[in-house]
Amino acid sequence: MAIREDVLVVGGGIAGATAALAAAESGATVRLLSHKKSTLRQASGLIDVLGAIPRDGSSDGADPAGDRSPGDRTEPAGGGSTGESELVADPFEAIGRLPEAHPYRVVGGGAIRDGLELFDDAVGGAYEGAHTDRNALVITHGGTVKPTARYPESVAPGLASAERDTLLVGFAGLTDFDAPAAAAHLDAAGVPFAVDGATVEFPVRFRDDALTTRFAKALDTDESNARRRLADAVRDADADLDGYDRVGFPAMLGDDEGEAVRTDLEDRLGASVFQIPTGPPSLLGTQLEDLLFDALDAAGVRLASGNPAVGYEASDGRIDSVLVDRRGREVPYAAEEFVLATGGLVGKGIDSDRESVTEPVFGCHVPHPEDRYDWSEPEAFGGHAFARFGVVPDDDLRPAGESGEPEFENLRAAGGVLGGADTAREKSAAGVSLATGAYAGRRAGEEATR
Amino acid sequence: MSDAENPPTTEPIDPSATDGPATGSDLEPVSVFGDDGTMDLRPGADNCYKCSVCDTTCPVAEVDDDFPGPKFQGPEQWRLKRKEGSEIDDSIMSCSNCMRCDDACPSSVPLSQMHNTARGEYVDEQMDKLSVEYVRNRILANYRTSAWFASKVPRLANFAMNFGPTRWVMEKAMGITSERDFPAFATQTFREWWRNRGGADASRRNAREARERRGDPVDADKKVAYFHGCYSNYNTPEVAKALVRVFESFGYEIVAPEQRCSGTPMFANGMLADAERAAEVNVASFADLVEEGYDAVASCTSCSMALRQEYPELFDIEGIEDVAENTFEALEYLRIKEDLEGAIADASVEEQAFAYHAPCHARNQGLDRQALELFRELDGVAMEDVGDSCSGISGTYGWKEEKYETSMKIGEDMFEHMHDAAGDVGMTECPTCAMQMEHGTGYEIKHPLQLLEEALC
Repeated sequence: MAIREDVLVVGGGIAGATAALAAAESGATVRLLSHKKSTLRQASGLIDVLGAIPRDGSSDGADPAGDRSPGDRTEPAGGGSTGESELVADPFEAIGRLPEAHPYRVVGGGAIRDGLELFDDAVGGAYEGAHTDRNALVITHGGTVKPTARYPESVAPGLASAERDTLLVGFAGLTDFDAPAAAAHLDAAGVPFAVDGATVEFPVRFRDDALTTRFAKALDTDESNARRRLADAVRDADADLDGYDRVGFPAMLGDDEGEAVRTDLEDRLGASVFQIPTGPPSLLGTQLEDLLFDALDAAGVRLASGNPAVGYEASDGRIDSVLVDRRGREVPYAAEEFVLATGGLVGKGIDSDRESVTEPVFGCHVPHPEDRYDWSEPEAFGGHAFARFGVVPDDDLRPAGESGEPEFENLRAAGGVLGGADTAREKSAAGVSLATGAYAGRRAGEEATR
Repeated sequence: MSDAENPPTTEPIDPSATDGPATGSDLEPVSVFGDDGTMDLRPGADNCYKCSVCDTTCPVAEVDDDFPGPKFQGPEQWRLKRKEGSEIDDSIMSCSNCMRCDDACPSSVPLSQMHNTARGEYVDEQMDKLSVEYVRNRILANYRTSAWFASKVPRLANFAMNFGPTRWVMEKAMGITSERDFPAFATQTFREWWRNRGGADASRRNAREARERRGDPVDADKKVAYFHGCYSNYNTPEVAKALVRVFESFGYEIVAPEQRCSGTPMFANGMLADAERAAEVNVASFADLVEEGYDAVASCTSCSMALRQEYPELFDIEGIEDVAENTFEALEYLRIKEDLEGAIADASVEEQAFAYHAPCHARNQGLDRQALELFRELDGVAMEDVGDSCSGISGTYGWKEEKYETSMKIGEDMFEHMHDAAGDVGMTECPTCAMQMEHGTGYEIKHPLQLLEEALC
């Protein structure tokens, strides 16, 4: 068994990257395994910690209002379709109100701070939001507002809490972002500023269904004077441009030269310019992936991607190695300590069929109702039980069996694979990954180098 | 959760199976090529949820606005093809078969398999067999045949192939770009060297001596069958020799069985029948050895890719699964079986710095970091990664006159990073990436096995 490190992290998302960085800080040798390109490419690039506490979020999904007074009820700004939630201004202050099985309750606010600190160090100055514990409100491409702890620099001028009149600009033919509809949605939600939307022809003509990266590249290289002509097109679309303090575009304003593109557009438009995070393939997500993987490289973390982890070898209650399926041949990757960070149902770290819900790599216990009709609610955006499916950690983040005893002495779990959080409704996916990744990685590193 | 419960099988379907289609559901399986029933790509197409991440990792789409990208070439084209009388879009020929889309897909859509089958169908049914393009592609795809002739008279071939007027004619008449220098043919092929050296018998003796020296049991079961491929046989035998010496130094007995081209250039040109003929020879030759306990090792990452992934995805040949399972890339094999890290830690070489490029086909096998990580620990060596862009040559792709410019545009990023890197020697596992690196920078290019040989032998 020749491939061996002190710590092996399985999973290449935020949780895995954070765990690997935390473990590397302890001086351990670390390897990060991932099956495919990081799922960060699908993500908005925003780092949310806790934006809302669902009011019907109890583990059986049958407690829609609880015993709180009706005065606590708030609809998320601009949303309304995510069910009843209590909006959170300060995530740290709100942790105590989460269900006891929530990962935040297991690792505590200290781990969240730890995770955020690792993140801030890893991304350098590319993100903002570290100056406060309170949530920032970021405008999304659907015209809703997302409570967020960290956000890319280029997103910062667009925060919904700033009372600055706003023009949103979309590109004709780009179906993912409808600027007038997004503006109307924000307006209806009662944002504290005037907001309008306009659609312009992008100055360089691409084939239909062009790549988002193509728009970015045209602006990066200023192809056929794309920057000037884009500014002109915005002026033509809205004669009264002077009335706006800021102009928001879908997050395609350059890649390598993003800052120069924005500065150029700001000079020409006489307003500050910001980016609005988009769906996949997301440039902001891809840039975050690059930042995190550069940090992993700088920390000396070894990387292996392209093949899935499919099983393990264990003795005396300890995992000896993780088996990686290399097209039919299982190759062992040995380590002292392991971190499971393979994601939830969407990331395929949790699997299900009609009979049961499982964790496919280590076969860890995943509690779920026997009758699969109890896994979901009739309402599409209801408090589904499946959203909280995942492994159950002990107080050291080790996945526990039915009896509550850890399944393996040297396995910890982080991120979406952990149960107990409804991260989509709570707006907590990135934060749970950071906090539990930092905790699991640090503990794995400590144990491995002891 | 889909109520159809289609298991995502993309294996060739055995048409003789009596208990119904391999999809195991009451849905009728849909075959790509009508009723000849060799492959069911429907579950693969259905897995696509249109996130378009594949499109953003496609090196061709990045520089060629007219290329619709892997999402179209794969699942969308497959669906369009369902309509009777519809043809494969000719843009399929602009796919370079780098297979990066496979690695990008979060939903395990078998994109490269779809591209390979669509390209095969396009060439079979829609391409004019008398066209210059077809003839040119066929010649490029069957590089081994040309190389075999050239190796008989290597000096003459080297002169003639890079002789100005010949190249002018080749470009005008055949569409083979005159921008590139043809790789030199070695005056002695690897197989000639291997035979003169005493073949497998000599290797057995060397391996036994090494085992004695290392303290391994003399009868240790350390046997590998070397798939050297065409390039290290005809053009860079120093890579093949390095493999032999390194593996022998770890106590491995080597055999070099009969072999043809791995098929990589044939897949990329849609010449699936040629590829299958070559695959049949290779599988027959290696399957027997695998059964005797040999593992197959390759020094070219496209060759190991073909044996491991493309063969079982595209062909139904007896023994193919066993060969695929037991095929390894050379460095990967030593990392798994030996304490390579320990050996490197004790070694040192003269000071040198490398600009390393990971070939696309190495990425898809999860091998893109191994040379970097290993040699960073080698005393005297500085390794620098030149970024994750594709080199752009993609085998025969960059040799086509009409693709040359695209190929060089894709490579631009890599060239730039190579110039920025401290080292002025390049390193890569792939012979055609090496051609492109040399063409774009003028650097000498080495294979990781050559550095390993320098360190350990």
